Amino acid sequence: MESLLNRYRNITVLLLVIMAQLVLLAVSAKNDQDVRFIRIWTVTAVTPVARIIEGMRGGGSGFFHNYILLHDTNAENRRLHAELDRMKMENVFLKNELNTSERAKALQVFQQHTPSRTVAATIIATGAGSNSKVVFVDRGTVSGVQRGMGVVTPDGIVGKVTAAYPTASQVLLITDPDFAAGVVTEKGQVHGTLKGQGTPECKVDYVAFEEKVEPGEWVYTSGDDRIFPRGFRVGIVKVVRPGQPFKEILVEPSGMERGLEDVLILIEGVHQRIPDAPSGMQPIYIASPPPGSESKPADAAAPASLGTEADRLRTQYQTLGEEQKHTYGDNPPGAKPVDFTRLGNPAAAGQSPAAGKNPASPAVAPPNPGTGNNPPSPAIAPAIAPPAAPPATPPKTGTGGAGGTPGNPSGPPSPTKSAPPPAAAPAKNPPDAARRLNPSAGPSAGGQLR
Amino acid sequence: MTYSGERILLSSQREGQVSRFRTWVFLVVPLLAILFQVYIPMFFPFLSFLEMPLLVVVYFAIMRRNQISGLTVGALVGLAQDSLSKNPLGMFGIVNTLVGYFAASVGVRLDVEHGLIRLLLGFFFYLFHQFLYWVMARALLGQQMAFDLPRTAVLAALNAVVGVALFHMLDKLKERT
Repeated sequence: MESLLNRYRNITVLLLVIMAQLVLLAVSAKNDQDVRFIRIWTVTAVTPVARIIEGMRGGGSGFFHNYILLHDTNAENRRLHAELDRMKMENVFLKNELNTSERAKALQVFQQHTPSRTVAATIIATGAGSNSKVVFVDRGTVSGVQRGMGVVTPDGIVGKVTAAYPTASQVLLITDPDFAAGVVTEKGQVHGTLKGQGTPECKVDYVAFEEKVEPGEWVYTSGDDRIFPRGFRVGIVKVVRPGQPFKEILVEPSGMERGLEDVLILIEGVHQRIPDAPSGMQPIYIASPPPGSESKPADAAAPASLGTEADRLRTQYQTLGEEQKHTYGDNPPGAKPVDFTRLGNPAAAGQSPAAGKNPASPAVAPPNPGTGNNPPSPAIAPAIAPPAAPPATPPKTGTGGAGGTPGNPSGPPSPTKSAPPPAAAPAKNPPDAARRLNPSAGPSAGGQLR
Repeated sequence: MTYSGERILLSSQREGQVSRFRTWVFLVVPLLAILFQVYIPMFFPFLSFLEMPLLVVVYFAIMRRNQISGLTVGALVGLAQDSLSKNPLGMFGIVNTLVGYFAASVGVRLDVEHGLIRLLLGFFFYLFHQFLYWVMARALLGQQMAFDLPRTAVLAALNAVVGVALFHMLDKLKERT
């Protein structure tokens, strides 16, 4: 028996173990309750190790992520930097697009408002040479571009076309040493020649040392070069240095301040007015006269028809002729000439009725700034008042000339220093004298002006 | 009988050298195998096909060349698996007990140091383990489980390959005689 057990020991043990587990399984399956201590032992044996491993894994994972995987952080950092660079590039691109749009809009507005006929062009290339300031634009002879035409932007002149090809043109920029253009300053209207220097600044040459040019002053094209019409902006005077015989003036061109991409080629230039200096544009305030002042307002002064010296002279001569029953231009042989010695002497004239009828007339109250009986403030009113209308009854001008010639060789006393001598044929053709003195007085009613 | 120039069958049990391991190896390695099965798939689900406890049982059984040792290791590892599963105690225990016993029986006859033998043993015992478990589940627990033979065969091959590598590593733990 013992030998039998020894011989089949292995299979016996196997069967015992299997049987034991079958019983265990049967009990567990039938009662739905297994032997709890086996599970407890197993879980107690396994879970601490699992906890340790989990702790090691968590710590290792944290170490890995916080230290080892910093390599990934660097990679991510580089990726973010690359993305940031890409975004910056995109931002620059969009800004350029926006600037291009704004420039195109400005160019269009300028093109619509400038009287010159222009054609828009885009710069497509630059010229060869380190010191050469030459660019190529995408407009050529097909678009009407010719050699010698000016190139401008809304901010100022840019250059001139030096060669025109069918589909493109070569433009010499104003900063090129070979460039020159006639310019004039804004305030003093000082003419000079703008020359490029190969640097961002240009110089204005041939300005005499006694001319007054100030830094900050705008420089415009003068139109003298027959390339740029008068009145286009050139730049701002930056430096003015005295020199012999010419000043040294440096100008910062304004046409290329905002980059140079789109330009206008002056196909047909029209001269424009150079804007006045800003200081000259300031309005002058004149306060109202104080209450109770003896001076009358301007509208209460002499009639507008007597606004000029010639009109006053004509009125005096007319009054003198009426007093002496003389009709100018109607002088039959043997007729008594007018006594011009009484001219300008109201007392001798005997207080003519004409003077009483028109108390404000300069014939009664001669314009004498030294007297207190001056007509009301001619210094204020006449300068503002509109030009006088022609007199209602102009004297008839004679064609004979003898009747109009004063008898007094010395001539009548001049009422004012600016009045023409009466002997200069006021009777012959007073309106002519009046026109010479005041071209804005208008033609006489008789229409006898030459 | 020769196979690739090497003998894979032993003429007698005396030719087979019994491998000896330290005691802690019998405790730690099965424990680590069980931990591997319950812990690693949490992070690497694709490794859930590995039956590390089964491979460990097969290894110890074939290397010890002792049926009782084999079935004992199989029974303990199987019960531990049962304890950590929802199944009633004894399912994996019985299966692994039988695996351990038969693996030890085969190990007496074969040169288990040979890689191909290890590969074949791993493949065969995986199939045996899965099939026996399926039979027991149907017979003892009345569970209607499907047995997908091709899939099981593929998994058996994968486990056999992993088993060869595992056995090679566990060989380092053998005592030098």
